Amino acid sequence: MNRIESAFANKPIFMPYFPLGYPDLETSIDVIKALAKNGADLIEVGLSFSDPLADGPVIQHATQIALEKGITVKKSLEAVKELRKRGVDIPLILMGYYNPMLAYGLEKFVRDAAEAGADGFIIPDLPAEESEEFEKVIGDLPLIRMLAPTSSTDRMERIARSAEGFIYLVSVTGITGERKSLAEGLGELIAQVREHTSAPVCVGFGIGTPEQAREVGKMADGVIVGSACVKTIGGSEKPVETAGEFARSFREALR
Amino acid sequence: MTLLPTKFGPYGGQFVPETLMPALIELEEAFVSAKADVQFQNEFNKLMASFVGRPTPLTYAKRLSEKLGGAQIYLKREDLAHTGAHKINNALGQALLVKRMGKQRIVAETGAGQHGVASATAAALLGLECVVYMGEVDIARQEPNVFRMKLLGAEVRPVSSGTKTLKDAINEAIRDWVTNVRDTHYLLGSALGPHPYPTIVREFQSVIGTEAREQMLLEVGRLPDTVIACVGGGSNAIGVFSGFVNDEQVELIGVEAGGSGIETGKHAARFGDPSKGRVGVIHGTRTYVLQDEDGQIAETHSVSAGLDYAAVGPEHALMRDNERAFYTSATDTEALDAFQTLCHTEGIIPALESSHAVAEVIKRAPKMRKDEIILVNLSGRGDKDLNTVIKELGGSEK
Ligand SMILES: Cc1ncc(COP(=O)(O)O)c(C=O)c1O
Repeated sequence: MNRIESAFANKPIFMPYFPLGYPDLETSIDVIKALAKNGADLIEVGLSFSDPLADGPVIQHATQIALEKGITVKKSLEAVKELRKRGVDIPLILMGYYNPMLAYGLEKFVRDAAEAGADGFIIPDLPAEESEEFEKVIGDLPLIRMLAPTSSTDRMERIARSAEGFIYLVSVTGITGERKSLAEGLGELIAQVREHTSAPVCVGFGIGTPEQAREVGKMADGVIVGSACVKTIGGSEKPVETAGEFARSFREALR
Repeated sequence: MTLLPTKFGPYGGQFVPETLMPALIELEEAFVSAKADVQFQNEFNKLMASFVGRPTPLTYAKRLSEKLGGAQIYLKREDLAHTGAHKINNALGQALLVKRMGKQRIVAETGAGQHGVASATAAALLGLECVVYMGEVDIARQEPNVFRMKLLGAEVRPVSSGTKTLKDAINEAIRDWVTNVRDTHYLLGSALGPHPYPTIVREFQSVIGTEAREQMLLEVGRLPDTVIACVGGGSNAIGVFSGFVNDEQVELIGVEAGGSGIETGKHAARFGDPSKGRVGVIHGTRTYVLQDEDGQIAETHSVSAGLDYAAVGPEHALMRDNERAFYTSATDTEALDAFQTLCHTEGIIPALESSHAVAEVIKRAPKMRKDEIILVNLSGRGDKDLNTVIKELGGSEK
């Protein structure tokens, strides 16, 4: 069993997102470690991009600061290696936009990511139509497929069928960011996706509170929390402690 | 499976979040069916004539030609199209597609404000709700157009993220679109972005080239030797080039924004600066992009807001590789000089974007024979730029 499969042994799983380099590189490493030690089952490790067009203001702001503080793809991959060295053994999925990966060199990027200890990739601006080039070089690691409420039935079928690792189901028609309430019809959407795949279905975008996570956890195999995680931890005087508390509160809600 | 090719050689494509893919597919279907629909074409052509004022004239620039002492210069007068630039051709075409798709709301980005004004105009004409995203830097330097958009009933939303220019306005427009995609169309203003936009925009702008070719043959008796256009995202250039692309003897020249000079790094010459202009993916398309070593999109600079953008339309990238078109740049200073020259010699105040094309004419015409012909696409008029020009020239105008 690989790390991702093991992580899904106890569902629903908790999957926070946090960008490397925010509020600075060292703190982000400590934060990710604290999330892992306090109940995160899988972490989406963010790579920063100057033009994150699928992201709301919270993640835009955080990744902008990471860039201002000098984060690069290379430093991000080194940080993943460092996390492994410090004993983080849950899956770490690299989440970032395509252009910095292209600039790094796709083959080199995939190789260095695997070597550093990453377990897969999420690339929001790389839909199924364009993913062949990346898949050619990807080796054993999965490219996590995304589905959205707007995906038509035949797209859903086609994309879900080829899913590896898990499906990232975008719960709302929109960009990342917290929402007051869960998207309507989420249950049906999840059920629809499940018709086409046995891969775990994880839901992200718009989930901000442990209560919302608990609701989603009743329907999905995993709950992805991005903006709320970044905002709570980034806004704290003691980010590492807050990360621990944050992870525990969601872990508790998903029991 | 798409109905049309999504790529131009290795360039183009559809690098967008999954949420938007169905909207791109829907748009492509609407476009393909509209193209085959005589009624749609008639409606578009009728609006082009009765509302936009097409065909726009071809003007012989007699005094400019004499002053430069070489090639004979002809101007394709997109500045005389309603709203003052070529942008209206595409805005109206897409707005008709919006009606066809049954959507009620459009979002648009704008740099110079011309596309925003064109979108607001099309929305007013066809009864659509219109929101325009515009960078704060551009709002300050293209103020008259901000008022025009508001007068036309559009909501102008200032964008304060990133470099506060066109690139960031596109980011915000896409974010709005992702959120409201079920009832909203993104009325993209240049030959950029994910498929099918570069193809759609080229088609609606091809009226420039079609008319210009006919006018050259009818009024001058032959095709030009050289066609010159400025290249921001590349819509006016691809529009005029498309009329001549099959005439192999006609040389096609695109002019990018050289800003303070390529060597200063402050420019928007995607093709002109190999140290920063490399193939990458931005705003849904693969093309030449100004970026740093790490793939972060670079800041750009140009005196003209409409050319101040880090990427170029994917079809231009292919035309450049194929050497079907050649690309060069003009600096801010050269464009400002050309601006004044055209004012003095022809009584035409050009947009600062278009002034970049005129700057290339000024460099090139004297080296050509008197029986050779340059056609320059005068993409827009310069009223919107008066504040900038007053500031830049600071009373030193000649
Ligand atoms: C008058 C004018 N010309 C040219 C441009 C550049 O755009 P494109 O390269 O798409 O023609 C603009 C853009 O705002 C414009 O307003």
